[in-house]
Amino acid sequence: MVIGRVVGSVVATQKNASFVGSKMLLVQPLDLDGSDYGQEILAIDTQDAGPGDIVLVVSEGNSARQAMGRGDAPIDSVIIGVVDTIDVVRVSRHCEGR
Amino acid sequence: MSALFIARVVGKIVATRKDERLEGVKLLIIEPLKRDGTPCGKPLIAVDSVGAGAGEVVHAVKGREASFPLPRPGAPVDVAIVGIVDHMYLDPGSGEGRLGN
Repeated sequence: MVIGRVVGSVVATQKNASFVGSKMLLVQPLDLDGSDYGQEILAIDTQDAGPGDIVLVVSEGNSARQAMGRGDAPIDSVIIGVVDTIDVVRVSRHCEGR
Repeated sequence: MSALFIARVVGKIVATRKDERLEGVKLLIIEPLKRDGTPCGKPLIAVDSVGAGAGEVVHAVKGREASFPLPRPGAPVDVAIVGIVDHMYLDPGSGEGRLGN
């Protein structure tokens, strides 16, 4: 899972049937110092997150389908939580991500 | 990143609004480590299944298997802490450092 900020939403009337009724939000992954990193993720919202919310995004197909309750949905990223607090013991410089 | 990897716990997350299958599950922030103990990679949020604490070196699993240790089947998670490292020894010539708690 990663932490991210909701930065937008996507509307698509013509889409795979399993997406019908789902809210698609654009999430910008965040580093622990609050800075953006990496590419935005398009995630299905299951926790009624809103613009600017800090959310938890799981990016693993099977988990995502479990969270959405749709075993056949062609998705791999779902918002599974809205963060209240983040306590960081220490932030360190790190080499290029893997 | 391979499925099983070494990391350090660097913080924790509180989220009251979350998937109900995560009720009562501890969410920790972990930073993947290289074999010499230096951080390498972006922070990840992992569910804790072994009672790990801040600063501890752990080993974690990534992918679908991350949901297996949790009490409720099918929890939507992709990273889980599955052990606390006591010691990790490196083969001679493969770098310095002894990693552990």
